Amino acid sequence: MTSYDPTGYDPAGNDPAGYDLAVIGGGPAGMAAAATATRGGLRVALIDAGPGLGGQFWRQPAPNEDATAFGEADAAGYHHDLATFRRLRGEIFRARADARLELFSGHHVWTAACGPGGVRIRAVDKLSEPGRDIERIVSADAVVLAPGAYDRQVPFPGWDLPGVMTAGGLQALLKAGGVAAGPRVAVGGTGPFLLPVAAGLAMAGSHVVGVFEASATTAWTRHAGAALANPGNLAEGAGYAAALARYRVPYRQRSMIVAAHGTEHVESVSVAGLRPDGHVDTASVRTIDVDAVGVGWGFTPSLELPMTLGCEVSDGDDGSLAVVVDADQRSSVAGVYVAGEACGIGGAALAVAEGETAGRTACRDAGLEADPSPAAARTIRRRRRFARAMAVAHPVPPAWQDVLEPSTIVCRCEEVDAEAVDDACRNHGATDARGVKELNRAGMGWCQGRTCGYAVDCLAARAAGIPMTPQPAPRPVAAPLTLGALAADDAGPDH
Amino acid sequence: MSRLTVDGEPLEFRPGQTVGAALMAAGILSWRRTTHRGAPRGLFCGIGVCFDCLVTVDDVPNQRACLTPAREGMRIRTQEGTGHDQL
Ligand SMILES: Cc1cc2nc3c(=O)[nH]c(=O)nc-3n(C[C@H](O)[C@H](O)[C@H](O)COP(=O)(O)OP(=O)(O)OC[C@H]3O[C@@H](n4cnc5c(N)ncnc54)[C@H](O)[C@@H]3O)c2cc1C
Ligand code: FES
Repeated sequence: MTSYDPTGYDPAGNDPAGYDLAVIGGGPAGMAAAATATRGGLRVALIDAGPGLGGQFWRQPAPNEDATAFGEADAAGYHHDLATFRRLRGEIFRARADARLELFSGHHVWTAACGPGGVRIRAVDKLSEPGRDIERIVSADAVVLAPGAYDRQVPFPGWDLPGVMTAGGLQALLKAGGVAAGPRVAVGGTGPFLLPVAAGLAMAGSHVVGVFEASATTAWTRHAGAALANPGNLAEGAGYAAALARYRVPYRQRSMIVAAHGTEHVESVSVAGLRPDGHVDTASVRTIDVDAVGVGWGFTPSLELPMTLGCEVSDGDDGSLAVVVDADQRSSVAGVYVAGEACGIGGAALAVAEGETAGRTACRDAGLEADPSPAAARTIRRRRRFARAMAVAHPVPPAWQDVLEPSTIVCRCEEVDAEAVDDACRNHGATDARGVKELNRAGMGWCQGRTCGYAVDCLAARAAGIPMTPQPAPRPVAAPLTLGALAADDAGPDH
Repeated sequence: MSRLTVDGEPLEFRPGQTVGAALMAAGILSWRRTTHRGAPRGLFCGIGVCFDCLVTVDDVPNQRACLTPAREGMRIRTQEGTGHDQL
């Protein structure tokens, strides 16, 4: 193990000493990994893009001393299981106070490389000096990647109007800023996550005109085994259902938001019922006035960093790729552990169990004592089973392709519409997102296809008459930076 | 409350909020026009993934409003296209 001298840290750039373990991601998985690893005796660098800890599930306002600030206490009502958050954060802060851990908040990791000497991580600090990206290199013997996931999206007419957001985006705005996106909100897509989003908005005073869930909860009964093995999930779900009933939020199964209307911002949505085969029941379309919309079709693992480091990925059960890990959270690359949603969508409790396991494995692999935890292993097995049942019960229905118009934007960044994607597939032979991108730039903009990649893969596969298989799309720059910082990137990682 | 400016106009916000949250709380839903269609855009993913929410902060263009903590006296400018034209 390398020795670590906290005073040897050079804030202008390099960290010559290095750490035993770097953890990228300060959500449930990364917090659990960092806390467990320091407990086991490793010196840890915990790196997260956010201003504080918590990730998506425990997303917090930026720490602020001001008495008028929107602070953690204001957001507490929107949260679940804050006790675990506070326990993990307490451990992390104590380790930092004893120089057993360094916390790099506001640091966006844009690339990493590993070799025999360990892992070298390049980040930009966007917090210390606003407007100036400060480059920072962190090196460590091993790394836990816990980058989480983001909302899976499919296009629909009007989804690019201001006021239309992802379901997770609505939630983030509420938890971190105390802001309900509008006085009248429609929530749509599929999956249990729509419930806390709608409940949170109702609590914040919005009128939620409906939750439009594409699946039917009867799909559940077929997977009751997995559900019943997770009483925690059921209790949480029942809590949200009660909240929705209290606020009289209509919960419409087998339905979806098929269009958003407006000119400068969203003013109304069209919603429709779905037939049992997952296509739109065109006779059922109706229009509802709204000021904001949140749509989510489950989540997609963040794979930029795992793929940059060469971790093997495979097709999950839900049309997204996920990192392949063993029972101890080791990826296919030596010294690279992966935990949380990057290994497949499964919720915060699973992320914590995987993070703990990764932290323990990192200790063991470094020659420290850390017995495997049968409880964490049990949680992982149960929650994974539950997540698989969820994925099967909440597919993205084929209906989304029915509702596209030729002028519907598919790639938001490069403003490529459905007609152009269709042309690339039908007339120029593209069969996946990569092929489409070469023809019309779909997926080549700022977001690097993270928003449209799934949809373009689906559209291309349909045009080619083949089943959709998610395509790995290596995105070397995990968090784009200013040209200045790129220009300064002369030699690249040297091992 | 603290104060920043948007295209010169004052806007109050609660410290701890992001620039995106401060704008949304004031009922401002869009602060950028796209390059090709000139379409309005604001927050979409809310977590730094989609880059729809780009805005000029203290003369630095293309900052993600959803990630940038709002600060007292910050000068926010709405953007057209790539954000470099107005500099
Ligand atoms: C917007 C959003 C809101 C959500 N809200 C809820 C909710 O309210 N309830 C619920 O049950 N589930 C929610 N989820 C699902 C959520 O993903 C999981 O339940 C849980 O947060 C997963 O934990 P994790 O540790 O794997 O990932 P996350 O919590 O996503 O944590 C990942 C962390 O990694 C950091 N990170 C990623 N890439 C980089 C990088 N390149 N450089 C630096 N840092 C990086 C991120 O800043 C983030 O803090 C939400 C998901 C999203 C996308
Ligand atoms: S809203 Fe998606 S990056 Fe800010």
